[in-house]
Amino acid sequence: MHGFLSYLNAHFHALRLEFWGLFIGGIGSGIIYAMVAIGYTMVYGVLRLINFAHSEIFMTGAFAGYFTLNYLIGSSSPTGFSSILLIIVGILAGGITGSFFAVVLERVAYRPLRIRKAPKIAYLISAIGASYFLLNLAAKEFGRIGRGIAQPYQNHTVFTIFGAPVEMYNIIIFVAAGIMLIIVDRLVSKTKLGRSIRSVAQDSETASLMGVDIDRTIAMTFVIGGFLGGAAGFLYALNVGVLYSMGFTPALKAFTAAVLGGIGNLRGAVIGGLILGVTESFTVVFFSGAYTDVVAFAILVLVLMFRPTGILGELIGRSA
Amino acid sequence: MANLFEVSNITLRFGGVVSLSNVSLYQKRGEILAVIGPNGAGKTSLFNSLTGVYQPQEGSITFNPKEGEPISIIGKKPHVISHTGVARTFQASRMFNALTTFENVKIGAESHKGIGAIGAILRGPATRKDEKYSDARTWDLLDFVGLRAKANYIASSLSYGERRRLEIARGLATNPEVLLLDEPAAGTNPSEKLELTDLIRKVRDQMGVSILLIEHDMKLVMSLAERLYVLNFGSVIAEGTPDEIRANQNVVDAYLGTTTAEGAN
Repeated sequence: MHGFLSYLNAHFHALRLEFWGLFIGGIGSGIIYAMVAIGYTMVYGVLRLINFAHSEIFMTGAFAGYFTLNYLIGSSSPTGFSSILLIIVGILAGGITGSFFAVVLERVAYRPLRIRKAPKIAYLISAIGASYFLLNLAAKEFGRIGRGIAQPYQNHTVFTIFGAPVEMYNIIIFVAAGIMLIIVDRLVSKTKLGRSIRSVAQDSETASLMGVDIDRTIAMTFVIGGFLGGAAGFLYALNVGVLYSMGFTPALKAFTAAVLGGIGNLRGAVIGGLILGVTESFTVVFFSGAYTDVVAFAILVLVLMFRPTGILGELIGRSA
Repeated sequence: MANLFEVSNITLRFGGVVSLSNVSLYQKRGEILAVIGPNGAGKTSLFNSLTGVYQPQEGSITFNPKEGEPISIIGKKPHVISHTGVARTFQASRMFNALTTFENVKIGAESHKGIGAIGAILRGPATRKDEKYSDARTWDLLDFVGLRAKANYIASSLSYGERRRLEIARGLATNPEVLLLDEPAAGTNPSEKLELTDLIRKVRDQMGVSILLIEHDMKLVMSLAERLYVLNFGSVIAEGTPDEIRANQNVVDAYLGTTTAEGAN
């Protein structure tokens, strides 16, 4: 008994020391999961389909950012204003590439099935096929080794919160992802495009009779999800570099986040992503780094046992 | 002047089942026209054919808008037909339940010509003007159907009669020349039924929108419609004014179930 108490005590002591550091790290990975999770959840909203190729959208965005930055930066070490500009260019490169591949995916892998009213299982197979195709194409074209990305900024500790260092990378992610998440939230809740997406998510037949172009609305949903996914890939690559298979684990986590928050729900995806990121981060203290995935999925199972529809648990129409 | 709708000899099959067989009918501009018939007679199939949800295998449907060339409906997608000026409501109320009353109407009021993400984010003058116009139009329509006070309610919280009125407002929002109403009185109580009759007449009289109506409630149909078609087993068995229809033996037979072989083809 005494041994157990001192075990807990030691870990809580470590937690006290590292709480803010772990928290900041957790929010950082969580916000990336959130961006990817929105792509899953929006596509699910309009098509009732899990877009399993979304992990490869993430990867294409990361590679686009990698090539763009390596070309622009070369061997220089940018600072100040040029850092900011390079990061924006990288996000746009990743996002636009992600949008492009997402739209192509919709055209090639999903729309033909939708027009022929194929059963849902056909979409699943089509998604897995597209995912493998992109994965292996990237492996063949870019090789099977990881590569570091040219750093557009000098990473250093900018300030500390309760002794925990906040690095430049953290700030970049918080600001960039925060802005993009707010824009998407406004886009879906306040604009004509958002109303179209929500109406198609609720009842596509009625929406089309109200004059909403369903094909276009679905394509735009892939554009938005693809942009966030690709941009998230680039932000992720800033930290860890690029690899053809880099999308698999973060995308699986993001999918978990989407389900955790309530699949089809935009704000749920964000909340799910943040919870997952922070939980993973604290797991390192209580158990070990090797258990992060175990704990993440155990939480998913527990939440779904008590709230099968996820934390917010409503469809996309309600999310705004 | 050409008729608003000209349906000639359409046949709609699902596999071996014939849903509509050689149906021809027309609607005059400004007319309140009703289609009646027993369950399964093909009324809703007819509506779905007129709005592009179903594609009849034979025949033609021509819609003559006030301006521009006649439009052939068959083969067009529902959202395209919606833009030409045909709007409808559903038998079972199909609101966007998670959207507010206001948003439900606004979806129809928006032109949907340019729904680009970039325009929506940048909100240039054209987007804002568009937005202002559809807001104003939405408020007008909510006033028209008497739902202004419920504008910010979630649609699923409305009463059945209110939902019916909301559906009519949503249909009108697309700026139609003809409004197709699929059993608008289904599930409403007698006082709501009276309100609805008045509202439908008001839509025609004040907005100049023609009405095509499917309805089971004979009292409502007979008091509202100026002309009727009777469908049975996918075929038109009678056409005429309410008085003519009341006196028609085929119709009486179809409704009382003592049908002879007539109309069964």
